Amino acid sequence: MGEKVLMKGNEAFAEAVIRGGCRFYFGYPITPQSEIPEFMSRELPKRGGKFLQAESELGAVNMAYGCGAAGGRGFISSSSPGIALMQEGMSFLCGAEVPVTILNVSRGGPGIGSIQPGQADYNQVTRGGGNGDYKIPVFAPASIQEAVDILYEAPEIADKFRNPVMVLADGLMGQMMEPVLLPEPKPEITSADIPKVKPWAISGSEKGERSVVKSLRLQPEVLEAHVSHLFEKYAVMEKELERVECEGLEDAEVVFVAFGTMARLAREAMELLEADGIKAGLIRPISLWPYPYSAFEKLSGKTKVVVSVELSMGQMMQDIKLGVLGRCPVKLICRTGGMLPTSLEVVEKTKKILEEVR
Amino acid sequence: MATNKLFFAGSGGQGVLTMGQMITYAAMYADMNATWLPSYGPEMRGGTANCTVVISPDKPVSCPLIYEADNVVVMNLPSLTKFESLVKPGGNLFVNSSLIEQKASRDDINVYYVPANDIAIELGNPRTANTVMLGALLTVAPVVPEEKIYKIMEKTFSGRKAHLLDINKTALHAWKPE
Amino acid sequence: MKPVFTVTKGMLPVSTSYCPGCTHGVAHRLIMETLDEMGLLGKALGVAPIGCSVVAHQFMNVDMCEAAHGRAPAVASGIRRVHPDKVVFTYQGDGDLASIGMGEIVHAAARGEKFSTFFINNGIYGMTGGQMAPTTLIGQRSTTSVDGRTREQAGMPLKISELLATLDGPAYIERVALDSPAHIRAAKKAIRKAFEVQLAGLGFSFVEILSTCPTNWGLTPPKAMEWLRENMIAYYPLGVYKDAEVK
Repeated sequence: MGEKVLMKGNEAFAEAVIRGGCRFYFGYPITPQSEIPEFMSRELPKRGGKFLQAESELGAVNMAYGCGAAGGRGFISSSSPGIALMQEGMSFLCGAEVPVTILNVSRGGPGIGSIQPGQADYNQVTRGGGNGDYKIPVFAPASIQEAVDILYEAPEIADKFRNPVMVLADGLMGQMMEPVLLPEPKPEITSADIPKVKPWAISGSEKGERSVVKSLRLQPEVLEAHVSHLFEKYAVMEKELERVECEGLEDAEVVFVAFGTMARLAREAMELLEADGIKAGLIRPISLWPYPYSAFEKLSGKTKVVVSVELSMGQMMQDIKLGVLGRCPVKLICRTGGMLPTSLEVVEKTKKILEEVR
Repeated sequence: MATNKLFFAGSGGQGVLTMGQMITYAAMYADMNATWLPSYGPEMRGGTANCTVVISPDKPVSCPLIYEADNVVVMNLPSLTKFESLVKPGGNLFVNSSLIEQKASRDDINVYYVPANDIAIELGNPRTANTVMLGALLTVAPVVPEEKIYKIMEKTFSGRKAHLLDINKTALHAWKPE
Repeated sequence: MKPVFTVTKGMLPVSTSYCPGCTHGVAHRLIMETLDEMGLLGKALGVAPIGCSVVAHQFMNVDMCEAAHGRAPAVASGIRRVHPDKVVFTYQGDGDLASIGMGEIVHAAARGEKFSTFFINNGIYGMTGGQMAPTTLIGQRSTTSVDGRTREQAGMPLKISELLATLDGPAYIERVALDSPAHIRAAKKAIRKAFEVQLAGLGFSFVEILSTCPTNWGLTPPKAMEWLRENMIAYYPLGVYKDAEVK
């Protein structure tokens, strides 16, 4: 185990992906994640990797597609509007079953919006964005350590399922510094290993079988069979990749649901409420897809209301309601546009909500 | 020891982000949990550079965002105007009196007037004003062990910057409470 | 008896799905024959575009992947980073390369990416049914310019070889045509040169191949060849636009 280091979120994320075995980075500058391409341009050449600044986010995602199709472990990062541009590529990545690790350091929208932190990309990242029937696992860590651990694991998850994997961090996490324990670097997959490790990848037909990486299936019955195959895979992913942290659900009168930085804020609000004699609990989805619906089965009869705390106009409410299934009302405490609530604000609003539902 | 929330504000170039980082590093070296968050969010408006540090000795930091602070450092007048209200009752406010003539308006907090720039000039390096202020803060509120501040100073002021180590160590003790 | 002709191993033993008289088949075969003759079939990695030749991987007997519309040069750039010792090429039509994918091709060329691009210019969107392409000639009819393209309405056709030749990145650029046996032989030479330039590590190589689309032009295959010769070559002169010496 290494020593704890203090790192800016964005740089820690980049380091974690390199240690997780990625050797190829493709990116385009966008706030608040530009430290990532900067870090990669410095570090990758020193560590046997390659950095390429793309002409656009479209370029970046398609370079990563080529890299992944050729058997390389590629990494791309961007922020909300850039992710929107990349989503054409994400659909192709899923259709052609090409693994790539994606990091979204999200900001405010719609449109160019602001560079301040936001969570208004919830629907964008969990509901597709690209065309067609596809799914991408999305993890939303709440601390830099958790982000590092997930990003370290992400290239392997992507390879295992031959699917892109996304980590969603808000802009605040990208700029924050927090002590972090960096994991030991994993060995890289060299181009010589690819024919053995990834025989499906295009590495030259001299390896034996000819490889074709594609999403085109013009015959309806062939495409249907392919999509069915994808969904069998997604069913396994749903079982294996669901991650959630629950706290204090057994006797909570109010249960917060929050992810990322907002989960930390909700946690502090729990402590403040407890000091005022109100029991609060927390469901913190770590995977946004697959969404941890089953966690809501642990809600106790004492819970009078479930409150979503988010930096969007309630985009996660739909999933929460699917989890709560009418057991109790679901309310929203939110700020948007880059504005951040304080834990005190959450406490005050929670007390008002409790007055309504009691 | 309970969670300690600190806030540093000033204008760009006054070393406010560095002050926060030094404390965060020291906290990490002392095996405490800590977060450092630079100007991000609504506080950014107002033309100031600022950062928030939360130190939690025995459990993970719940939230890197704060609504009140145990210790607030203001290095220029706009910061005093804007962030005096952030100090929690009974908390400490450190005012850089070299650049801020105005007095704090609250009487439910402890206010320390530190002529950080004047002291730094006397020491022979005006750029150590932030270290003088950091020293004042740690003298009043020893939130991290002093030897851990030395440790990060030794790492920061090494190589080409090694000649700055001694003066910064001196600056750390240059202010004495009245 | 000694065979005087054999089918290249570079093409899979299947019929192509291209229309009668379409020159995609010729272009495919020239590229694959060249790779075969150079002993590179086992090392070649191809990128198919969106357009009629989206199915190129069903005919070209090498490792291939598809790219989203226009993105083949970005995809090839990614492949190249993983396999520096392989031969990488893109095969793209005029809608794919000269319209939606203009950003990707210009930047790949400017970076001097070490792959080869074969650009099939037939002045029309074939797969979608004959719409105007960025390379459709003034006066040429299409389903989105039924009275013929006009400068006022749609601007001027793009001369891609000339445009890319203004960049310092590319090492070799040549425009060829598939309208006659002599031109086809010249095209094959250009294709070989493009791969040689790539193998020598000289940088980006690009061959623009003037091609026919009898179906969407509404002409018989022989008439289409004539039309290419008389109209396209007049606007898109054949020749080398950027040369590199391969030692």
